[in-house]
Amino acid sequence: MGQTNPLEQFEIRRLIDLKIGGIDASFTNSSLFMVLIIVLTTVFVLYAMRKRAMVPGRFQLMAELTYEFIAGMVRDNVGKEGMPYFPFVFTLFMFILFANLLGMVPYSFTVTSHIIVTFALAIVVCVGVTVIGFMRHGLKFLGLFAPAGVPLVLLIILVPIEIISYVVRPCSLSIRLFANMMAGHTLMKVFASFVISLGLLAGWVPILLISALNGLEVGIAMLQAYVFVILTCLYLNDGVHMHH
Amino acid sequence: MSDPDKPPSLEDLEGRLRQARGKRDDGTSRGQAERRLTEGKSSLGLAWQLGVEMITAVAVCTVGGWWLDRWLGTRPWIMVALFLLGVSAGTLNAYRLAMRFGREAQEPPEGDEDR
Repeated sequence: MGQTNPLEQFEIRRLIDLKIGGIDASFTNSSLFMVLIIVLTTVFVLYAMRKRAMVPGRFQLMAELTYEFIAGMVRDNVGKEGMPYFPFVFTLFMFILFANLLGMVPYSFTVTSHIIVTFALAIVVCVGVTVIGFMRHGLKFLGLFAPAGVPLVLLIILVPIEIISYVVRPCSLSIRLFANMMAGHTLMKVFASFVISLGLLAGWVPILLISALNGLEVGIAMLQAYVFVILTCLYLNDGVHMHH
Repeated sequence: MSDPDKPPSLEDLEGRLRQARGKRDDGTSRGQAERRLTEGKSSLGLAWQLGVEMITAVAVCTVGGWWLDRWLGTRPWIMVALFLLGVSAGTLNAYRLAMRFGREAQEPPEGDEDR
């Protein structure tokens, strides 16, 4: 029991085996936590807003603050034209926030510590923004890759760079969230194993460190949800208004 | 407001709400919570974001180039070209992000000394 593998917490376990047309679509612990996140988010918002009081209570205040916060973010970064996409951005924020925070509960599973999950979220955002861009601007949307007023010679270099920087976006968006979550959780587990190996005498030192780290991790959990969503807003701004 | 026992009439409240909404939609008053968050976000946090932005672009381009080279048998030329483009694209992305956050930090008059 002495030395546990710090990466063991990220292991995917099949709970219900399921095969659809040769594709492994088993219900795993990851899926279980995603369902849990959705249920918890829905319950939180519905419970908080059940009274719709003019003077909000604690829970209603929390729900309203989150709502106002995201609404303000979309309005500031995308403008009024971005408000149709507000429900999506709010859902995204709540999902990532609850995923990150639920991962802080001991013995739970952090959905966002798997790059495939964060990449799926990021690719939805980026493909969505591209589709919105083409729907709103038609073929003129391609002008995003060729800034106006640049000489032709420079365009030969600039256009590939712009295209690459656009294509790379889902990767950087997903890697940021995944790396932050995974690094933090691994670090905690490593420190936790020090407690056991140092024994009764010196084992208290890592416990202090873990406590501090825990606070930091909760902060990172919220910050990363915020960062993911504000970058979504910035990309959405490109799609809606076509300028960086 | 002067008489604490008597609540302000609903018409009055409605008027004030409309005024506040109008101001908000002009973009003149920014979300307070957000301003606090962008300000409170440490420079270390920003540095992290920029680092990820640059490294990802370079890594994705290099790996993509290596894979294309292996497929087309043109080692190492595509990888070299894509590596250079990746560095530029990563720098461009990081620059844009930094400008964006810099602009946001600059807008409130007091929050411009920390970066």
